[in-house]
Amino acid sequence: MQEEFPMIQIMDQNGKITDTSYIDQIDKSLVQQFYRQLICMRAFDQKAINLQRQGRLGTYPGFEGQEAAQVGSALALEEDDWMLPTYRDHAASITFGKSYNILSSWNGRVEGNLPPKGKNILPPSVPIATQLPIAAGIAMANKYKNSSQAVIAYFGDGATSEGDFHEGLNFASVFQAPVVFFNQNNQYAISTPIWKQMHSETIAQKSIAYEIPGIRIDGNDIFAAYFETKKALERARNGEGPSLIEAVTWRYGAHTTADDPTKYRNQKEENEKRRQNDPVTRLERFMKAYGFWDEKLAEQIKGEIKEEIDGAVKVLETMPPANVNDIYDYMFEKPTWTLEQQKEEYINHLRGER
Amino acid sequence: MITISKTKQLTLIQAITDGMRTMLEEKEEVVVLGEDVGKNGGVFRATDGLQEEFGEKRVFDTPLSEAGIIGSSIGMAMNGLLPVAEIQFLGFIYPAYEQIMTHATRMRYRTKGSFTVPLVIRAPYGAGVRAPEIHSDSMEALFTHMPGIKVVCPSNPYDAKGLLISAIEDPDPVLFLEPLRLYRAVRGEVPEEKYEIEIGKGKYLREGDDATVIAWGAMVPVAMKAAEQAADKGISCDVIDLRTLYPIDKAIIAESVKKTGRCVVVHEAPATGGLGNDIISIVNDTSFLYMKSPIERVTGADVHVPFWALEEHNIPTPARVTDAIYKVIHF
Repeated sequence: MQEEFPMIQIMDQNGKITDTSYIDQIDKSLVQQFYRQLICMRAFDQKAINLQRQGRLGTYPGFEGQEAAQVGSALALEEDDWMLPTYRDHAASITFGKSYNILSSWNGRVEGNLPPKGKNILPPSVPIATQLPIAAGIAMANKYKNSSQAVIAYFGDGATSEGDFHEGLNFASVFQAPVVFFNQNNQYAISTPIWKQMHSETIAQKSIAYEIPGIRIDGNDIFAAYFETKKALERARNGEGPSLIEAVTWRYGAHTTADDPTKYRNQKEENEKRRQNDPVTRLERFMKAYGFWDEKLAEQIKGEIKEEIDGAVKVLETMPPANVNDIYDYMFEKPTWTLEQQKEEYINHLRGER
Repeated sequence: MITISKTKQLTLIQAITDGMRTMLEEKEEVVVLGEDVGKNGGVFRATDGLQEEFGEKRVFDTPLSEAGIIGSSIGMAMNGLLPVAEIQFLGFIYPAYEQIMTHATRMRYRTKGSFTVPLVIRAPYGAGVRAPEIHSDSMEALFTHMPGIKVVCPSNPYDAKGLLISAIEDPDPVLFLEPLRLYRAVRGEVPEEKYEIEIGKGKYLREGDDATVIAWGAMVPVAMKAAEQAADKGISCDVIDLRTLYPIDKAIIAESVKKTGRCVVVHEAPATGGLGNDIISIVNDTSFLYMKSPIERVTGADVHVPFWALEEHNIPTPARVTDAIYKVIHF
């Protein structure tokens, strides 16, 4: 099956363009956009982990190693498309939403789940694969309304073992809904490796069962992530239905800051993979080989990013205290008497009243 | 000015169909979906004729997948539609429980209202029709315990249409439980036009001074029969049809129990963790000092609905309810 679903690569590990069909679309502005966002997301991820270590952020699921898959696919979206990320897809949602708002959700603030103004970004899905039937439904509504909006749903390799993965793909397929199922095969569902997750060789081949296009891309190649997602989104917009993309990548770090990957992975092997196949380094190699590299500009971008992320942390750390009313006020459009009573009793308790 | 509306004699299930038809006519955003709801008109014919009338875009069959039906309906509801999703039997809803619990009920909460899920889930429930196993489950408490969803349960054709329209108009998720035993048991006058019955309001079906009997759905006729039998012995009862299981009508319970000082709660669901306990709790909070005797519950046992050769032994009967009424009277 790996032969039938070959890994699509536009740029190899040395940064060399191996598929020239997109060459005229690769210009300075696109490359700089890629580079800026990749290093920005890497810096963001490292900052978040540091904050967690310092006790300034709650449990955090890092995405280091997956930046190209997330940034590339997110940049392929149109402004009013829909995005359904998981709890590990902050790079995708920050890139698409142009906002660091999501950071506060990792500090237990519900405000972090609010989409940036005008953006159709759902809060990160914590239960596994349950967002996929919802993505199909959002896309079905788009089709019903003759909207040109497409939908992208992210999920990991472990999600493909859940019933909701199959139900989501089946609904999208039956109703030919305009949705792209974007899998990041980062090789591990917490500690369970992909070869213990499934007996099939690829995730892309699961598309056969639903008779939808399925492709396998090098998820550490930002060009493949960008151009292949763009194609799938265009197919969706043209009424050609859903598709499945398997982006083969690698999660460098732990499942979350509460996990220890040294228990289940060989660190020497990790470091070697990283040296050879890091998505950021690969783009740098490409930029240097094709005349896009500008040392001065890179330094300038890094400075700007530091400022931007420090600004996001400041926003996080200067948020007013969470409002107790928020516990009760958003269950329903109008609170039920049970909620009104429970709220009143608790607020009175806080005030010291009986 | 008095408006005299035209009415039709409908069964409960016909009233449900009429409610859906009314809303399909009124709002283009309303879609009806589920297994076999299209050409076949649903396994109980609740959607009979709707696809023919409104087309396959509005009324459509789905794959056999409860999580898929509810998951996709959540997505549609978030994106501007008003889906009315049918689950063939409440006992088949368990694969969709995760979708309801993890997304439908908490989308508004976790986004401070940025995304909402105006979804209606219709599900026939309850025993007494000699159905195969699972088909007769009455697990409403699984949903009344679930924050973020309203649960309604009509017992007659008039309420069925009005409550269903209210459920479709409601901006939040609503589980609409249909007592399948009553689908065709009675006919009633149902206005032809659109009308709503407020979610969260119970109704007196009978008034009396000696005891309050509280029931909903398929247990309402059982409670009424028991009240009639008690009346023959000179005991007069309030019978309250709760109609909405979340949020429960606290006021009507308090009002009636303060008057009668005695209370019997009837439900066919298992006793432990059942909604009867919440009703007892409401009485405790509102009318404890008015009580002349402890509250009695007449419920199913803590068992799964027995295979139908024995199911009648687990469903509350008028005789069991009258026993309970005598017990609260003669305490």
